[in-house]
Amino acid sequence: MFNYTFHWRPALQALPQMLQGTLVTLQLAILSMIIGVAFGVVLALMRQSKNPLIHFPATVWVEVARNTPALLQIYMAYFGLGQLGIRLDSFVALLIGITFNNAGYLAETFRGGLRAIPQTQTRAARSLGFGAYQAFTLIVLPQLFRVVFHPMTNQMVWAILMTSLGVVVGLNTDLTGVVQDLNVRTFRTFEYFAIAAVLYYLIAKFVTLGARLLAWRLFRY
Amino acid sequence: MIEIENVKKSFGSLTVLDGVSLSVNTGEVVSIIGGSGSGKSTLLMCINGLEAIQGGRILVDGVEVHAAGTDLNKLRQKIGIVFQQWNAFPHLTVLENVTLAPRKVLKMSRAEADAIAVRQLEHVGLGDKLKAFPGKLSGGQQQRMAIARALAMSPKYMLFDEVTSALDPQLVGEVLDTMRLLAKEGMTMIVVTHEMGFAREVSDRVAFFKSGKIHEIGSPQQIFESPQTPETRAFLNSVL
Amino acid sequence: MFQTAFSLNDLWFMAQGAGWTLLITAIAMVGGTVLGLVFGVTRAVLPGWTTLPLGFFLDIFRSVPLLIQLILANSFIPILGFRASPFAVSCIVLALYTSSYCSEIVRGGVQAVPQTTRRAARSLGMTWWQDMTEIVYPMALRVMLPSWIGLTLGVMKDTALVGWIGVIELLKSSQILITRMQNEPLFILIIAGVIYFLISFPISRLGARLESRFREND
Repeated sequence: MFNYTFHWRPALQALPQMLQGTLVTLQLAILSMIIGVAFGVVLALMRQSKNPLIHFPATVWVEVARNTPALLQIYMAYFGLGQLGIRLDSFVALLIGITFNNAGYLAETFRGGLRAIPQTQTRAARSLGFGAYQAFTLIVLPQLFRVVFHPMTNQMVWAILMTSLGVVVGLNTDLTGVVQDLNVRTFRTFEYFAIAAVLYYLIAKFVTLGARLLAWRLFRY
Repeated sequence: MIEIENVKKSFGSLTVLDGVSLSVNTGEVVSIIGGSGSGKSTLLMCINGLEAIQGGRILVDGVEVHAAGTDLNKLRQKIGIVFQQWNAFPHLTVLENVTLAPRKVLKMSRAEADAIAVRQLEHVGLGDKLKAFPGKLSGGQQQRMAIARALAMSPKYMLFDEVTSALDPQLVGEVLDTMRLLAKEGMTMIVVTHEMGFAREVSDRVAFFKSGKIHEIGSPQQIFESPQTPETRAFLNSVL
Repeated sequence: MFQTAFSLNDLWFMAQGAGWTLLITAIAMVGGTVLGLVFGVTRAVLPGWTTLPLGFFLDIFRSVPLLIQLILANSFIPILGFRASPFAVSCIVLALYTSSYCSEIVRGGVQAVPQTTRRAARSLGMTWWQDMTEIVYPMALRVMLPSWIGLTLGVMKDTALVGWIGVIELLKSSQILITRMQNEPLFILIIAGVIYFLISFPISRLGARLESRFREND
């Protein structure tokens, strides 16, 4: 059945380079999550506003992020901003694209989470003499964090998978980019990408497992 | 002293309180009885400023609750309230539920707050549940914790909003016992309740609420033994 | 004044791309849903440990970037000695990818039907098959449908990646135009975005409507 001879040895010899790329992948994913969470919180709060000037831009952001492909958003950062005179290298463009996407999805996660915390919790806190800010930070926020923890973990995994799109705008330092460079030189496409697939799988499982352990430590109630 | 003067409150076109007047003296226990939807619970929410009012005024120790300059956070420190749905904070242990407000609102040290909380929790019979999370407790235990949580602020007044309505029948007794004890110690209390026996036993006065008004008020003997109006009589017949 | 080299012909080129996007989405959804139903019901009714290998296999599609799945399939099918067009490879990979997510939706839906309800059905003398088709299916459908619509939207957006292995779908067609015209990527990308949005937004509204209607009936 196989007229093809697999060449795993050279592919495995490139493992150190790939692990180097893995670090870049993780760096991208983590940065895009941290900035994405910050923007996501702001967007969620903006969408609660009754003022259309505040509400509308946030809604546009969230709907565009959720209703167009992530790759289109990355193209926007890479080609689109370029036309406006903002020349970005592919790393930054990818980071902006993924962050934009993360923030849109996380904003919806946070909005849903806020709705899941009953109003009566705030009421009970206020009845004890807490001010509005204290009631939010001491009572609502810790409960919100638990509600959104699992969806945030999923988003993190998606962010990792999305970083692979960097290769489409010419990034050659992340895991997919490194592997693509090797592939172009050797044409051993299957071997190199199979190893990359295993690495991505391991990262994803590592993140999921880590998050589960963290949740188990954090949420004892 | 709590003085309620001709208070009016409506949600949209629905009138909930239609000119309620009532004064509660220090050390007094007043029970409010009446059918559901008669505005009893709303009145309690108005007393500590959780709900706005549209007419009349409420004075607590001479401070007008709904006046613009009133520091509600300060005022609420001396009015404890316990809700029908106990509203435990699920992410905090029983002890933390009780110490949080003394520490963050009254700025007590942790040791000081812990001491008070432990005393209150032992008082309501939860001395062995300090480290448990509310989710692991029965409804009756959570409700007693909520009482301890309110008492830890050393309030002058306690408001109880149908605190046994959401409990299984076998758990009602333990919560009522806690409240009985409190009444005996001289706490000023306003108790909205469906427990007629309890109202009769602990109250100094009983008020019958009907369509947003106090329809009849008097001593427990008067209300339960010789009600003056046919409406009161009809209500009592339906629940006793 | 705004001037553009973008012509009606170019718009037609993008519309054709959008056609491919829709076609691949439809094939992936049909294939993925059929497979997802089989996998999902299997995982829901058989004891957990027996379906562990299946669960592991399906999980791979959710833990490896789709782009890499496409590249792997595109290089592996010739190794097996078959010839497949990029279009066929895209459909196969996306159908499997979809089935992986769909099986989770189906499993969740079936497990959302309370055991007591199913026991009640069996106690009335219904057979296992009748229980599945008359009780479980309609009840699970309410849980599954909103997620399934969400999945459709997700897959539609994910088809943008098949451009990498040579299918000229909507985003690839835009990229070709960007390369050709050089100086107006923003305009072209906005058109592409609007087309994606026009496909996606009504479906997501429909999903939200269904969800709120189901909730009202509960």
